Amino acid sequence: MCRLCALVSADYFSPMENILALETMKEGHDGSGLGLILRDLGGEFEDLKDFPILSAIATDKGFYDLDEFMVSKGFRTKHMWEPQINLRPGMSIQRRDRYIVKAFEYPDAVKDQPWEVKARLLTDTRLEIRRMGEPDGSVFAFSFWPDVVTLKEVGDPLEVGEFFGLDTKPIPARIVFAQGRQNTNYAINLYACHPFFIQGQCTMTNGENTAFVPIKEYLSGRGEPAYMGYNSDSEVFAHILHFVRARLGYPLKYYKDVITPLADPEMERRAEAGALRLLKRSLRMLTIDGPNCVIGCDQDGTVFMVQDAKKLRPGVVGGVRGKVGLMSEVCGLTAAVPGRNTDHDVFPMKYDMAMVRPGAKEIEVCNQLDGSTTTINLA
Amino acid sequence: MPYVVRWDDDRCTRCGRCTSVCPVGAIEPGVFEKRLVESTGPVPMPTTVRRVVAGVKQVTDIRHRCVGCATCRLVCPNDAIRPEYNPHNKFRWHANQGGDPYKRGGRRNDPGVSTLDLLKFTRISMLTDPALDAGRHEFRVRTYLGRNLPPEELPLKIEGDSLVADGTPFIPPVREIFPIRIGGMSVGALSPHMWEGLCMGVAYLNEVEKLPVVMCTGEGGMPPRLLKSPFLKYFILQIASGYFGWDEIIHAVPEMQCDPAAIEIKYGQGAKPGDGGLLMAAKVLKHIARIRGVPEYVDLASPPTHQTKYSIEEAVAKMITSMSMLFDFRVPVYPKISGTKTALAVLNNLARNPFAAALTIDGEDGGTGAAYNVSLDKMGHPIASNLRECYLNLVKIGKQNELPLFAAGGVGKSGNLAANAAALIMLGASGADCGKYIMQAAAGCLGDENNRCNICNTGKCPRGITTQDPKLYRRLDPDKVAERVVDVFLAADKELKKLFAPMGRSTELPIGMSDGLSVSDRAVADRLQISYAC
Repeated sequence: MCRLCALVSADYFSPMENILALETMKEGHDGSGLGLILRDLGGEFEDLKDFPILSAIATDKGFYDLDEFMVSKGFRTKHMWEPQINLRPGMSIQRRDRYIVKAFEYPDAVKDQPWEVKARLLTDTRLEIRRMGEPDGSVFAFSFWPDVVTLKEVGDPLEVGEFFGLDTKPIPARIVFAQGRQNTNYAINLYACHPFFIQGQCTMTNGENTAFVPIKEYLSGRGEPAYMGYNSDSEVFAHILHFVRARLGYPLKYYKDVITPLADPEMERRAEAGALRLLKRSLRMLTIDGPNCVIGCDQDGTVFMVQDAKKLRPGVVGGVRGKVGLMSEVCGLTAAVPGRNTDHDVFPMKYDMAMVRPGAKEIEVCNQLDGSTTTINLA
Repeated sequence: MPYVVRWDDDRCTRCGRCTSVCPVGAIEPGVFEKRLVESTGPVPMPTTVRRVVAGVKQVTDIRHRCVGCATCRLVCPNDAIRPEYNPHNKFRWHANQGGDPYKRGGRRNDPGVSTLDLLKFTRISMLTDPALDAGRHEFRVRTYLGRNLPPEELPLKIEGDSLVADGTPFIPPVREIFPIRIGGMSVGALSPHMWEGLCMGVAYLNEVEKLPVVMCTGEGGMPPRLLKSPFLKYFILQIASGYFGWDEIIHAVPEMQCDPAAIEIKYGQGAKPGDGGLLMAAKVLKHIARIRGVPEYVDLASPPTHQTKYSIEEAVAKMITSMSMLFDFRVPVYPKISGTKTALAVLNNLARNPFAAALTIDGEDGGTGAAYNVSLDKMGHPIASNLRECYLNLVKIGKQNELPLFAAGGVGKSGNLAANAAALIMLGASGADCGKYIMQAAAGCLGDENNRCNICNTGKCPRGITTQDPKLYRRLDPDKVAERVVDVFLAADKELKKLFAPMGRSTELPIGMSDGLSVSDRAVADRLQISYAC
């Protein structure tokens, strides 16, 4: 099963910390890939927070096509980060031509437009790039959003980290999602690699999503062009998050009520039982059946973990004030935040949604059953 | 003759039970001249004698053909008589005696394996997604009957960090029910004992077993006492082209203690698509006449089409709205149509009608109490592809959760009620209806796809299921029927869990989970857009 490692910190840190945590969880992933999403970027991107960053992989041909395409759309390159590729003998990674992490200036026509217009443009542009590169595999576009970088490659996570030179020249960030893949598909597709990103939100998941087909079909009919792809059954979790938050505008805690609704008699304990009943009916197609542990990040940088009742081995959330990890395994958390008080570790059960706000000062646990929130102040 | 009566002279005691019980007069007491070999003296001296003996004789008139019901065998104390299917029979060439096309009840005479029975559940959770324990895990085998609002239109607003109702007065009514329903069979078509048994079974399932099984009344109203009882909520009231029983229903509305589960507007029936119904005069006894609001002993013909129906956009929409108004918009109202190539057009219209609560599609393998054989055998659309096409169309327009589809017609045809229902659900149905299955399982209906019995239209049902003759329906114990109804649904509930558990589904019905299905016929797989497995 895939291994998940999300770290939230008050200070910038290197994504190698996530990768080293994944290394301790190695028993659970087969080294078939690493996916990284970095948010709230530091280093050379610290002063570029308003500029959208395109994260992609391309062949030489794709690289030039992409350049041409971006120019034609009016985007001007603002800054480019190039990984210091370190392909040592013995590494199983197949180097691709170009790894692109590029910040752009908005086209003049949208520069002064409201954020919604810019957001739509960024999403549509990413989708266009994806469609452009899909037939010949010349471009893979993972994210195109301000203050977000995505890196993905097939191979052992530690090797991939070193391959990208993250151990020597990392992009520091305050929120880093990392997933070590356990490949359950025979063909390894880069688009099937978590975390999945959509308009400022992302998720990564382990487990199998048995309700994938009905959920995928439902999302595909919502009229959102970005609800596509579905190379992995876990991609729907990111899109559900987007649907619940961006489309419906519901508070984040209702993500749990959508994917794992309460049984009808249980709802009565919640003040908003009537609303929950309606939600359950209207969003029936988005009910997951697990077993899944979902770690997600909302638009505002709130990171959370939820699971369904079938997930018998919960993930863990814990840390110290200023640095909190959300992991699929305790050993990963111990590696990433060694000095924490383990008494404060949270193992979210079927009714829990653990949340960590930017700054990582505390862990909030929302109880779905009674609607209460418990806050754990970290020392 | 389609069935040849085998009578055993040596075992027969000439009690006469078989001839008196035969519903079609296919056998009668007969007198035969018989050549016998006898030896009566002290030493064997066989001689042949001719003697006249009494016995049982099969009538050779086609109108009194043996229908194979085997009631004679049931009553024979000595196992001396039985009908035997004659595969070489030429009945169909002679059934139109007197220029009248062959009419019968029952089902399509196709003993082949239905598409539903070809489907296998092949997505079994293994290791990466452990299968569930059907016996111990918590399952929710429920579905919704009623229109689910799209989430964007939910009457909710955000207050602080919570979602609360925004005070919109109208929310379409939705019932949470067990995904297998008892389809429409009218009181009138069914005997009082059969109907009573079904009702008692349904009420018991709801009240005692807490299994929210609902049953459709069929077109024929409902006994007034039941209409005014607290059990009405377990029944779907059907209105069809004859509007039988609705005078009584409307008059009972002010006295109703609760709302019915739903209103079904029957526009078509899978067994006899495009054709109306007929309750023959002989069946319209006093109590039937009273319930239906008609004179006694007159033929009750339901026209093939609703007389007010001139377009789906207006007339059907108006009918749905009128029926909704009757119960102050508290009751889901939905149409039932027969399986047809034009189902998509109906569906698309309903999808745009905010008051349409669902659509039931009744496939060609549905049953009926009376129809022309040509309608039964040759008209109609199989349910599997019809339903799938409709579901995929809803997926395309993003309304698969708004307008639930219910599938009927041949569910449990070969005895696999839960498996057929589960297959339909995974093809996209929110639930499935059964009719013939429940008659066979709960009351021992003798009919089959070899045209066995199938004389529901004559009012002479040998089991007492589709008759108003007290001598016949006395054979049926309503308590036993109710007991079997309960058995059937409790077992189906367990079987559904047994199917869903290995596929890892427990919190919601796997509606449209087509990746769980496979079939070993490439053409079927392509048509249903499911995987091919062999």
